[in-house]
Amino acid sequence: METFYEVMRRKGISRRSFLKYCSLTATSLGLAPSFIPHIAHAMENKPRTPVLWLHGLECTCCTESFIRSAHPLAKDVVLSMLSLDYDDTLMAAAGHQAEAILEEIMTQYKGKYILAVEGNPPLNEDGMFCIQSGKPFVEKLKRVAKDSKAIIAWGSCASWGCVQAAKPNPTQATPIHKVITDKPIIKVPGCPPIPEVMTGVITYMLTFDRVPELDRQGRPKMFYSQRIHDKCYRRPHFDAGQFVESWDDESARKGYCLYKMGCKGPTTYNACSTVQWNEGTSFPIKAGHGCIGCSEEGFWDRGSFYDRLTNIRQFGIESNADKVGGTAAAIVGATVAAHAAISVAKRARDNAAARKQAASASNNA
Amino acid sequence: MAAYETQGFRLDNSGRRIVVDPVTRIEGHMRCEVNLDANNVIRNAVSTGTMWRGLEVILKGRDPRDAWAFVERICGVCTGCHALTSVRAVEDALGIRVPLNAHLIREMMAKTLQVHDHAVHFYHLHALDWVDVVSALNADPKATSELQQMVSPSHPLSSPGYFRDVQNRLKQFVDSGQLGPFSKGYWGSKAYVLPPEANLMAVTHYLEALDLQKEWVKVHTIFGGKNPHPNYMVGGVPCAINLDGDGAAGAPINMERLNFVEARIKEMIEFNNNVYVPDVLAIGTLYKNAGWLYGGGLSATSVADYGTYEKVPYDASTQQLPGGVILNGNWDEIHPLDPRDPEQVQEFVTHSWYKYADESRGLHPWDGVTEAHYAPEGPNFKGTRTQIEQLDESAKYSWIKSPRWRGNAVEVGPLSRYILSYAHALKGNQRCQRVKEQVDASAAAINSVIPKALGLPETNYTAKQLLPTTIGRTLGRALESQYAAEMMMEDFRQLVDNIRNGDTTTANVDKWDPATWPKEAKGVGTVAAPRGMLGHWIKIKDGRIENYQCVVPTTWNGSPRDPKGQIGAFEASLMNTPMVNPEEPVEILRTIHSFDPCLACSTHVISADGQEMARVTVR
Repeated sequence: METFYEVMRRKGISRRSFLKYCSLTATSLGLAPSFIPHIAHAMENKPRTPVLWLHGLECTCCTESFIRSAHPLAKDVVLSMLSLDYDDTLMAAAGHQAEAILEEIMTQYKGKYILAVEGNPPLNEDGMFCIQSGKPFVEKLKRVAKDSKAIIAWGSCASWGCVQAAKPNPTQATPIHKVITDKPIIKVPGCPPIPEVMTGVITYMLTFDRVPELDRQGRPKMFYSQRIHDKCYRRPHFDAGQFVESWDDESARKGYCLYKMGCKGPTTYNACSTVQWNEGTSFPIKAGHGCIGCSEEGFWDRGSFYDRLTNIRQFGIESNADKVGGTAAAIVGATVAAHAAISVAKRARDNAAARKQAASASNNA
Repeated sequence: MAAYETQGFRLDNSGRRIVVDPVTRIEGHMRCEVNLDANNVIRNAVSTGTMWRGLEVILKGRDPRDAWAFVERICGVCTGCHALTSVRAVEDALGIRVPLNAHLIREMMAKTLQVHDHAVHFYHLHALDWVDVVSALNADPKATSELQQMVSPSHPLSSPGYFRDVQNRLKQFVDSGQLGPFSKGYWGSKAYVLPPEANLMAVTHYLEALDLQKEWVKVHTIFGGKNPHPNYMVGGVPCAINLDGDGAAGAPINMERLNFVEARIKEMIEFNNNVYVPDVLAIGTLYKNAGWLYGGGLSATSVADYGTYEKVPYDASTQQLPGGVILNGNWDEIHPLDPRDPEQVQEFVTHSWYKYADESRGLHPWDGVTEAHYAPEGPNFKGTRTQIEQLDESAKYSWIKSPRWRGNAVEVGPLSRYILSYAHALKGNQRCQRVKEQVDASAAAINSVIPKALGLPETNYTAKQLLPTTIGRTLGRALESQYAAEMMMEDFRQLVDNIRNGDTTTANVDKWDPATWPKEAKGVGTVAAPRGMLGHWIKIKDGRIENYQCVVPTTWNGSPRDPKGQIGAFEASLMNTPMVNPEEPVEILRTIHSFDPCLACSTHVISADGQEMARVTVR
């Protein structure tokens, strides 16, 4: 079988670089140099970790996103880095042959396989809004979760519920962590998540054999610890009070800030403005539309995508979700008036009224 | 159920029943049951949608300008086509016309999806029904190279060394004992007829297509910010144009972005011409020569599409894939199709897990009613409420409704569009000549050019014999991908011309503000989605969505029986197909996959005005 080391060699990485990589790994794990040979040994000999990828109520955008990954290529992930033994969307087998694979892996790799979940289980109608092999999906989910090593909740469906859980949630679609309560769950939200974020999370887990550091909501900090606003290339226009006021106006053509068009970047934790989409090609704001906040819990029920945000405040980019999360919910409309006012004030420093407003706003913030 | 005749098929459920659940390599969740006669020929087919999400209920009372984002999440595979249909429905209701640039950009996005979705479907969801992956290990790389150069002389990746490398990698993979997605495939089944070299060529292209598809979607990333699920907007497109003014470098569309898009379009054209279309023609020829011309089903008689790709925006007479309905296999008569006419498109629920007051009648989407009612039932039902062993097709058996056109079950999809456009061409429509040319060239390739080159007997099938088959359905999709990429390049050039002429407008904001809207309005939007004709119907009241309804391609194709006992396209397509080995459902998968089923799309719900969901059992 092809090991991680062989994959790296095949991809043109020298033995020397491989060992350097192992020593880097040891350092980042806080291990003594004496551990380097152990890591190298594991990398050279480890069989590919089985991944069982289940689909509940969903739209398959997560799978579609996953196969868009450029580094690593989806092809290399699937053929060389892990063993995608069950995935309804891609697997050759169907019917009872497909179900037999689940049983085999669950037995043979008890406690060693990763469960990846796309979508979520509906609980109304005894779970029969999503039927697989004649039975409710929620049963299959619980059965496969039982002996898994860890669970990845792909996308906003598995993480939060997403669109089918938007009010009034007619099927009682329920995020994974409310059904499985005794396993580590890594939430990778987004509708869908960014391709390279998906492969980034899973290759981290395979490479370092551990769960990435998570925030208190269960999201990997490496991709979800900052707001899109914090690193947005249009942020200077926000700070300068230069806003798009209407679609296709002069400001839209100059790439000004989309805050007044309803952009949810200031309250959305994701890597869109840093990693960007589809091999760094662009991201929603760069293409002229505000962020709709698709990686945030309940984003479907927070008013129109074109309503101006009224619950943000100026906190520094050094704050992360953990520090801010607890207070963000309590913030009221007055603060956003302040937020906008600061920007206006910066543009019109000679305007005494604005200055006064900004001063009072600063006091509020 | 006693045996009975419908639509030219004799349905007989007396033989051995086999069940395929889950049907894999589709979007969403589906079950299929068939009855076989003593010779293992399918004599009855039952297809069931096994999921339901209720998006239209969720849309009630929301801002119509937000609807595109919700319905876009109906499906992440045909990503964007529900969003486009939605903005069209809202614009139709409010009387908004989008600027030419916005029209062209939306057209390019729709056609990018067509190319991407069709190719990914063929290589990653469908190919394993035709291609034996393990057999590729026995191929001679040199002979594979010769085959490649014969079927596609211009494809640069064709050396023996290239195929040997792929074969070695495949061998390493198989030898690892961890077969991943290829585990428990039906390798070695006699249902596969390709020689090892054709299998190796196709497996190689499975990998090539996987690498390339992520490039094509970048057209969506440029215009819509991301893919899957790019952004849309009522009234135009959000990507403003700034080629050489202040701030152009940070503008959504500038010269660099346009060049980037053009490069992707060229890649799509090349892939279609060098890989996708030649592969389908070669595989189709080999299966045809092995006598496998099954799976036509309803496409031989009844097909429909709304019509698409206007050269002149809002002028249906300029459609490059014009629509209509053909019944009874009469290609000389094309019935006009009007999505607004309450007598034409109607949905029935006699065999679906929903309730109507009078289930003998169908309802037009604007007047739809839904009451979810999950109750597996019928004298032949086996199992319990939460453990289905066998469904009874004489009762309710699916989460999919049964849409009908003037009471007729029809097939929709690229094949239906190609049959319609071919028929339009025969009737003299000059805009359909490219379609006729593609179809005639394909028939010549399958009948003689490829057989001659491979030393196989030539055949003399007409287009009307070749198209309504499983092979034809797969071919129709490849040809549509090829044509879509060509049309996309014309759209791109027209966009550049229009900008050159001084028009950089991308949005019509006259009616962006809900205060400008009438108190009540209703509209319809249609799109040629990758899987067939897609329609959204919206009613707006006091600035909010009063009712929103989608009738989706897989609802048409995957529909259960209707009050007259008529079967849908999936069920019809399986009829009379022999199975090599009933334990290995290769033929069922091959034909069902040829429709590219999308179950998340099909299993939606229509909510009547003011009506709430009836049964909600909270656990």
